[in-house]
Amino acid sequence: MAEYNKPTTEKEFEENFAQKKPLMNTTEAFYESSRCLFCYDAPCMNACPTEIDVPLFIKQINTGNTTGAAKTIFESNWLGNACGKVCPTSELCEGACVYDGQDVPVIQIGRLQNFATDQAIKSGTPLFSPGADNGKKVAIIGAGPAGIACACELRTMGYTVDIYEAKDKPSGLTVYGVAPYKITNKEVLDEMDYLQKQLQFNIHYNSNISTSEQLKELEEKYDALFLGVGLGATATLNMPGEDKTNVVGAVEFIEELRMKQHKVAVPESVIIIGGGNTAVDAASESARMGAENVYLAYRRSKQEMGAYGFEYQLAKYAGVKGLFNVSPLEIVGEEKVSGVKFIRTQNKDGRLAQIEGSEFVVACDMVIKATGQAKQGSFLSLIDGLEIDGRKRIMVNSENHQTTNPKYFAGGDAVNGGAEVVNGAAEGKLAANGIDLWLNA
Amino acid sequence: MPDLSINFAGIKSPNPFWLASAPPTNSGYQVMKAFEAGWGGAVWKTLGVPVINVSSRYGSVNYRNTRMAGFNNIELITDRPLSDNLKEIEEVKKYFPDHAIIASLMVETKAEWEQIIRDVENAGADGIELNFGCPHGMCERGMGSAVGQEPEVLQTIVGWVMETAKIPVITKLTPNISHIVDPGLAAVRGGSNAISLINTIKSIVGIDLDTYAPYPVVDGKGTNGGYCGPAVKPIALEMVKELAQHPEIQSTPISGIGGIETWRDAVEFMLLGASSVQVCTAVMHYGFGIVREMESGLIDFMNQKGYETIYDFVGKALPNVTEWKHLNLKHKVVAKIDATKCIGCELCYIACDDGAHQAIRLSEVGGSRIPEIIDENCVGCNLCSLVCPVEECITMEQRDDGTEQVTWHEKTLANTIPTTFDDDRAGGKGHFVPKVTDALKK
Repeated sequence: MAEYNKPTTEKEFEENFAQKKPLMNTTEAFYESSRCLFCYDAPCMNACPTEIDVPLFIKQINTGNTTGAAKTIFESNWLGNACGKVCPTSELCEGACVYDGQDVPVIQIGRLQNFATDQAIKSGTPLFSPGADNGKKVAIIGAGPAGIACACELRTMGYTVDIYEAKDKPSGLTVYGVAPYKITNKEVLDEMDYLQKQLQFNIHYNSNISTSEQLKELEEKYDALFLGVGLGATATLNMPGEDKTNVVGAVEFIEELRMKQHKVAVPESVIIIGGGNTAVDAASESARMGAENVYLAYRRSKQEMGAYGFEYQLAKYAGVKGLFNVSPLEIVGEEKVSGVKFIRTQNKDGRLAQIEGSEFVVACDMVIKATGQAKQGSFLSLIDGLEIDGRKRIMVNSENHQTTNPKYFAGGDAVNGGAEVVNGAAEGKLAANGIDLWLNA
Repeated sequence: MPDLSINFAGIKSPNPFWLASAPPTNSGYQVMKAFEAGWGGAVWKTLGVPVINVSSRYGSVNYRNTRMAGFNNIELITDRPLSDNLKEIEEVKKYFPDHAIIASLMVETKAEWEQIIRDVENAGADGIELNFGCPHGMCERGMGSAVGQEPEVLQTIVGWVMETAKIPVITKLTPNISHIVDPGLAAVRGGSNAISLINTIKSIVGIDLDTYAPYPVVDGKGTNGGYCGPAVKPIALEMVKELAQHPEIQSTPISGIGGIETWRDAVEFMLLGASSVQVCTAVMHYGFGIVREMESGLIDFMNQKGYETIYDFVGKALPNVTEWKHLNLKHKVVAKIDATKCIGCELCYIACDDGAHQAIRLSEVGGSRIPEIIDENCVGCNLCSLVCPVEECITMEQRDDGTEQVTWHEKTLANTIPTTFDDDRAGGKGHFVPKVTDALKK
């Protein structure tokens, strides 16, 4: 039997994807916040890409000023609630907590953060208001974390903001791409709604910007543009058999899972190809959807995986089995996938080499490719003078996030190549201030 | 196994741990349960005149997640019938003949004192404690702290009691007075066999921010209460010391009271001269069971130090408690940070820079969060070692060689004290202070 039964109802789905960081109750938040040392020049704050004043908001929680705590958080990070839940906190703020130096459990900063922001969102407490209309307009392409953060920041300064979003929901990968046990759809969308109600930016859904004509029109209509376009679909493997039925991309698989939840049918045996966080997420999710055999196949060693160790541990607990030093050669099967043919690899003088004659086939009913997302190269080439680097990332001035086409600013995955929600939130905010400085220069 | 038993002014008890006169000694049931748990004695909740109590009686000072770091109450003396209390005292004594039961008393007239003393003696009480301390309610009726604050009245009443009492008498003092020696002397001069202190401190523990009334709130209003619990221990220790060092009082046994919760607290009181200790708040918080920790800790302490009875160390710290003017001005300590233990919270840095003497700098090594002590600026104030959250990470190292000894008192006698601010002998002269404008650079 698999670790998990196949979920057939919404309730069962939620049970299988129980929140890894559940909300704290008041007592837990009180005791946890009591432990904070209120470090000077706090390492947790410095480890946060958005530099949230963590000791301050924890002290505010401890003294019963939860509203003040929520304001401290949102002032630095417009996606404060989502980040509390989805950030790899053990690598960021919590990883920097000085308690670690004495083997004392570190402060659960992410959960304390959610304790405050969740109350503000649920009660609808207004903390921010738009600035007086300054007569200037900014278009934002993409309603992901970077775009939303940029929009919120610009609205506080009095800009009119229109966001153009290809899909029908805001927050980008926060709702479409994060593992469901990190945050629920409702939590993501409630925060978006909370922000939009206070700051009144416009979002045009199902409005894919993909042509030069559209860009020209936006350039004429707006004083500045922000590109928060993220990355594209899962990259192809260029491997025989990739076109067979039940060979899917990880990003697409996770999106379908988040949108359709228990209605998604995951077969008995699944092979995930890749070694990054998305691969581990997809593997973990397949197992939680009741798949009996879930293999995470990575061409290098376990130590070389890009995924965080704690994410892989979580996947292992869910029943995922790792296959390391195996490189896929071919996806086999008739019309539908029936397995993957691998060859074993080894590290030879620092280079990955295939071991001749070591081919073998692992049977499966589904293959999930998690070998990175394609970049938005063709779209970006439509913008005059926009330079991209060798890895097809938009090049920006790191101080103000202005691109080589001065009217365009950019942030998020399209700039950093694919990072956390918090990085998008930080960059969107930086860009908004860059836009403001540039337009008022 | 050391002998924990005491003979306190003639009151014998298997150990020095007594329950103070308070809610935990309100009934025979509670006192029996306490003796079963290991307490050596109990001072019965004050018997006296008829009272009516209010509903909502206790307030608390919480420090972060520590409940009841301080505690106050507006409860009066016992509201149970005197005859019930006397009957229960008698019954408990039957079960626990070797444990100490002390009857706390508070009445007004000489005739009332004589009557109630006879009553408790007949019930079998081992001693009497005169409640001259209660700072709320009863004092408004001329009893409790109203007596404790008037040494002459106190001495008169102690005199009345001593005329009648056949069992040892302890006089319990209020700390709500500027000089504790005055009532202490009055008690001794009145003939009291022993003294106990402190009773609670007049207090308001907090204000309800919605009803604008002090805690505990009684139908929208409140009154001052009596403050106790761990927060009052330093005040109590000082007052015990004042009496224990006084030539005319020092031979009178002292029962120490005030914030005692652990064996360490108890030993500290004993080192300053108390030969029994009384506990209330800690029991109200955790129940009678805490005495097991106190007893085992005391035994361990005595074993480690080689003491056979508590009288081997009662008062042992007194010679070292002196006046400021007798402290050695040549003694010099400087803070030292153990880099292997430092966790980089930088609290020592900011505490010193903002709150003390600017003698700690942040590390200039990139990436290091281990602050550095600026030896020449350190005045040895201890603040950094007190704020440091890691045990034994910041220690104070002695820098003088211990050979020199000069006190303010000696300097005064030798006529070498500084007399003006510009005097080169003035202490602050030459101490490092950053430039005023350096503040703006940070």
